[in-house]
Amino acid sequence: MRIVVLAKPVPDTTGSERLGPDMRLDRGSAPTIVNPNDEHAVEQALRLVEAVGGEVTLLTMAPPNATEMIRKALAMGATRGVLVTDPALEGACALATAKVLAAALATLEFDLVLAGIDTSDGGAGIVAAAIATLRGLPYLSHATAVEVADGRVRVRRVAPGGHDVIEAQLPALVAVTRMVGDPRYATLKGIMAARSKQIATIGLGGLGLHEAELGGAAATTRVLRARVPAARGATRVVRAPATEAAHEIVEFLVERRLV
Amino acid sequence: MTGRVWAIGEPEADGMTRLSTEVATLARRIAEAAGREAVGLVVEVDAGTAATRLADFVPRVIAVDAIAAADRPWAAVAAPLIAEIVGGDGPAWIVIGATPDGHDLAGMLAVLLDAGVLSTATDAAWDPTDGLVVEMSVLGGRAITSCTFTGDRGIVVLRPNAVDAEPAPAPGSVERSTATAAAMPTVTIIDRVASDAGAVPIEEARIIVTGGRGVGGPGGFDLVAELAELLGGTVGATRAAVDSGWIPYARQVGQTGKTVKPALYLALGVSGALQHKVGMQTAGAIVAVNRDPDAPLAAFADLYVVGDLFEVGPALAAELRSRRG
Repeated sequence: MRIVVLAKPVPDTTGSERLGPDMRLDRGSAPTIVNPNDEHAVEQALRLVEAVGGEVTLLTMAPPNATEMIRKALAMGATRGVLVTDPALEGACALATAKVLAAALATLEFDLVLAGIDTSDGGAGIVAAAIATLRGLPYLSHATAVEVADGRVRVRRVAPGGHDVIEAQLPALVAVTRMVGDPRYATLKGIMAARSKQIATIGLGGLGLHEAELGGAAATTRVLRARVPAARGATRVVRAPATEAAHEIVEFLVERRLV
Repeated sequence: MTGRVWAIGEPEADGMTRLSTEVATLARRIAEAAGREAVGLVVEVDAGTAATRLADFVPRVIAVDAIAAADRPWAAVAAPLIAEIVGGDGPAWIVIGATPDGHDLAGMLAVLLDAGVLSTATDAAWDPTDGLVVEMSVLGGRAITSCTFTGDRGIVVLRPNAVDAEPAPAPGSVERSTATAAAMPTVTIIDRVASDAGAVPIEEARIIVTGGRGVGGPGGFDLVAELAELLGGTVGATRAAVDSGWIPYARQVGQTGKTVKPALYLALGVSGALQHKVGMQTAGAIVAVNRDPDAPLAAFADLYVVGDLFEVGPALAAELRSRRG
């Protein structure tokens, strides 16, 4: 089975991430990792090919230095990477990102596309659904378990008060939550092997796309300004016997009109 | 200025989500300020009930009966129908609730309508100079950005509990649509499993009582659930508690779970690590009970009780019960 995993480099959640002068995320402000939910997608892909055979291609749209992140995912066991990178894509909006990735998907052969359900860098959580729509693929989202058999994919999907079991014909696009399984650690052998794995780099021109429609200058959304939210007030610390402490909590709730 | 502001109602088992009433309230306010018409849109197997409820909040609602929604994921059925109705109607802002289905719908509509998306918005208002200004909490709540759309179509995905729902002075009209657009490529629901039935989704809850590693086991969640019940809230959990199998993933707050904004967040045995903090730090009030005086939560809770949750928790339950009488 040929699986494509959409993987995005994001800043690690260290508390040091900040907005740059352009009010977009300053991607140099924290170390870059594979978006956590995408790592679970890589893990799911590897488990599927381990079970039925096949290969895993990573597809990323990011600045050129994303090859470092791609190698991390290749070290987990993915087969190859494809990096779509173009200076014109800086500041691209979520819809443009989906259009670019959908165009890149059209150049690949696949039975299944996997993605993380959202990104930790404040992503819109809409890119996977948009790509499925652009490519005419069945879209199965919020997956907590994924099975493939007889040319069909079956997913457990988070639902209010439980879960739904949903199914579609392949090829399809599945967006996963972290519940599909924890990502494996790369072995030393995996890290060594990743060094010689192929990472193909494509620009907008190579996909037959035009900067005028998809670049940052053509973004469908624009940041006007940014501010720091009002700080929370000081913490009131209570050290008291249980009944007194409980009473303090109730007083606080009354004060805030919460009971 | 022409164009409409669309409020998408999201159906649930017995009508419509509370978030939909917040969505409709926001759409109406934007429309009033911008001199546009606010229109509600409900797609469901039988859209009538939900449409009537939505009409308490907007002057006009269009109901679309879609039999396909019986056994297909809702967004895949709703998106083409909404695109058919909105698409032929010129400029449009569309407000959708930030639920799993709402995000799926927003992604699909972005393509079908070639519209920008501003996701997990906390507010939106019309401004004569900047147009529709949408506020979003970013970097896990450490910054707020104000954004706008560059084109004449845009989709706002609104977080729960960001807007106080307020009915319109008079109920609006309800009409039926004859839209017929077929669903997106077929995904079939072959089973619906209710394992956590009746529980309020944590994103929508006004009060969340969360258990962390400190509750010690599945039994510890009985106390968490008891306090949630007494406070009229719902149960949340940290990643550690979910990974230990004490509670379902749908309850997880934090980076790889849900981002929540309840009026009260009561954290029991929760350390407040950064990955958890980014999912809850915009809560109205944060109260914590933890034995560790130096846990990260001690730095940003409003009230921090240093103590054993198995002593403070039952005492709190007793006092809440006696208040209830």
